[in-house]
Amino acid sequence: MAQHHDTHASHGADAHESHGSLKSYVLGFVLSLILTAIPLILVLNDIVTGNAADVVLLVTAVLQFVVQLFFFMHLKEEKKPRYNLMTLLLGLVIVLTIVAGSIWIMKYNMVAH
Amino acid sequence: MKITKLSDFFVTGDPLIYGADVAIGLTMVAIVVALTAFKRWGWLWREWLTTVDHKRIGIMYVIASLLMLFRGGVDALLMRTQLALPDSMEFLKPDHYNDIFTTHGVIMILFMAMPLMFGLFNLTVPLQIGARDVAFPLLNSLSFWLFFMGAMLFNVSFVIGGSPEAGWLAYPPLSEKMFSPGVGQDFYIWGIQISGIGSLMTGINFIVTILKMRAPGMKLMKMPMFTWSVLSSCLTIILAFPILTVTLALLFIDRYFGAHFFTLDMGGNPMMYINLIWMWGHPEVYIVVLPAFGIFSEIVATFSKKRLFGYGSMVFALMSISIFSFFTWAHHFFTMGSGANVNAFFAVTTMIIAIPTGVKVFNWLFTMYKGKITFELPMLWTMAFIPCFVVGGMTGVMLSVAPADFQFHNSYFLIAHFHQVLIGGVVFGYFAGLYYWWPKVFGFKLNDKLGKWAFWLWNIGFYVCFMPQYVLGLMGMTRRVSSYSWDTGWWSWNFVSTIGGFLMGIGFLFQVWQILHSIKFMERVKGDPWGGRTLEWSIPSPAPFYNFAITPKVEGRDDWWRRKELAAKGVQDPPPKYEPIHMPKNSGTPIVMSLFWFILGFGFVFDWLWLIVPGAIGIAATMLYHSFNYDTDYYVTVDEIKKTEAKAGRVV
Repeated sequence: MAQHHDTHASHGADAHESHGSLKSYVLGFVLSLILTAIPLILVLNDIVTGNAADVVLLVTAVLQFVVQLFFFMHLKEEKKPRYNLMTLLLGLVIVLTIVAGSIWIMKYNMVAH
Repeated sequence: MKITKLSDFFVTGDPLIYGADVAIGLTMVAIVVALTAFKRWGWLWREWLTTVDHKRIGIMYVIASLLMLFRGGVDALLMRTQLALPDSMEFLKPDHYNDIFTTHGVIMILFMAMPLMFGLFNLTVPLQIGARDVAFPLLNSLSFWLFFMGAMLFNVSFVIGGSPEAGWLAYPPLSEKMFSPGVGQDFYIWGIQISGIGSLMTGINFIVTILKMRAPGMKLMKMPMFTWSVLSSCLTIILAFPILTVTLALLFIDRYFGAHFFTLDMGGNPMMYINLIWMWGHPEVYIVVLPAFGIFSEIVATFSKKRLFGYGSMVFALMSISIFSFFTWAHHFFTMGSGANVNAFFAVTTMIIAIPTGVKVFNWLFTMYKGKITFELPMLWTMAFIPCFVVGGMTGVMLSVAPADFQFHNSYFLIAHFHQVLIGGVVFGYFAGLYYWWPKVFGFKLNDKLGKWAFWLWNIGFYVCFMPQYVLGLMGMTRRVSSYSWDTGWWSWNFVSTIGGFLMGIGFLFQVWQILHSIKFMERVKGDPWGGRTLEWSIPSPAPFYNFAITPKVEGRDDWWRRKELAAKGVQDPPPKYEPIHMPKNSGTPIVMSLFWFILGFGFVFDWLWLIVPGAIGIAATMLYHSFNYDTDYYVTVDEIKKTEAKAGRVV
């Protein structure tokens, strides 16, 4: 729990946990590029429109989020206690509150109609 | 923006501002002359501007925030002067009045309360948990300098370009380009954005510090209560500040690129801004008040000579407030018309959040019950806080009743309410904390007699100033009016309120006098002047730069108190065995990078590409430079530790 020797900004010299391999970084990078390209191509070329476009955007966005978490944020490699995971879950609750709350509040807003 | 004449750049035409120009110019000249005459430039750079020592960064935060308190306070007194008399009063013109209420709000919350809070975090948290510094010392310095540059960028609008004047939260459509074409609003956006990055980094820094750097044996449930409050506050910071950043970024895109997020034309909606900004704004008030609760918990226990009553419930209350604060935001705009269901939901959540706060009040009272209470300055402020905050909280619950809020909304009743919780809670709390930890930071106590004068002036002034405002609110006076007529019948209450405002101003002067007086007649103290309970009191005052010569082994809550009790029973500490201490090196990177942020911000405010580009390049270059800098740390030798400890009067 107490790492009183870590009082400096560490510079890799004493990294305690593994931070992925070249392979996983490349894979993550390629995946995130693909997930960026898909909605861009589909929407810009009007291949999907309306609700279908919304769904494609949302699904690729969520997948992108997952890719970032696992390949670059190293969520899986964390040791206990899993503070990153806890904070992430709390963050998700707050994000859900923001989105759902805003929709709920703005839906009945008289100015918007 | 194209500058064709001087008045495009400098604010002109107001004698008050010309006076300020002269004062600012003279002060700057005086500082430069003094530093040169006393050959202090090198000292300033090495010891302060480039420091990564959390204690020095804390001191700089406190100094900066007290300067901002002065500026915000002068704003407040100007407003009160304007409102002292009806009609005839042309002390401030209406647009100048708009400037002042806007800057007063922004400065007091973002550039006074926040940095004073960060100052107290820095001065105290590492000492309380037995750490040598924060988790990321360089980031800590960067946080400070980003705050400082952001604050300067905001303040400069006062003499260059013109102040923002759309209220402290800059509601659109008023804050949009169409209604605020000047640069004031851009100063607002960039000042807050730049300092906001700093706030976010401080939040992360202290969460990591508290979770990862506690002394061996200090389990989470053995942490001092202030450290818990910092954890809860920082958790709220990292979840809330990104919302502010995004909201202001959208407003920036509206203004700079002509987008329509918050304009009614082209499908935008200004109400969305209000919805978003309060998602940050409401948690923000808990961000600043939670650490104050922590401070009171420490002080009540120390000065009652008892352990804190209900430790577990206190932790639960702090953490639940930091989460629940995200579920109440719509109570700031009940009148927006979102329907009965929305209003009912947010009215209930607002009432619920009062419960953990009530729990805390009882915990403090029960801690005092049967304690051996001494009324030193920190305890006095705590005693003043409790009734003040309870009344402020009650009027808050009144405001949370949605139908009644349609009457109170944006009236002086609201103004009185939030000043009561922010002054009675936050300001009193931070003052208490400053008085409490001052001896630890500087090694001397502040004069008691002058402190009592300041205390009573502040307290009497507070009630004289704000109680009449509740009445004025119920009489129908709305906020942000720069004038009113005789037939409203508001004059007498306003006049009384102004007197109270000036009493608080005099109280502040007494505090300045108190500090100067105490520096002159320095009353040196040892490590533990108050009979403290937590680890920070176990080391000399002021703390050596490495804090703890030996990392303490914690066995219980209030560990220092436990050790003192053991010592009284004759149990001796084993003789110290020193080891070299690993410490971070000072760095000029943070201040240089922040300067480039200032340049970038200033460039965006005036839309000068020739300034934006070098600013952006500078930021990237300093970042790159630091990425390849491996010379960031060193070891303090055992010899030097022994020398430093001996100098502080310790047995080596």
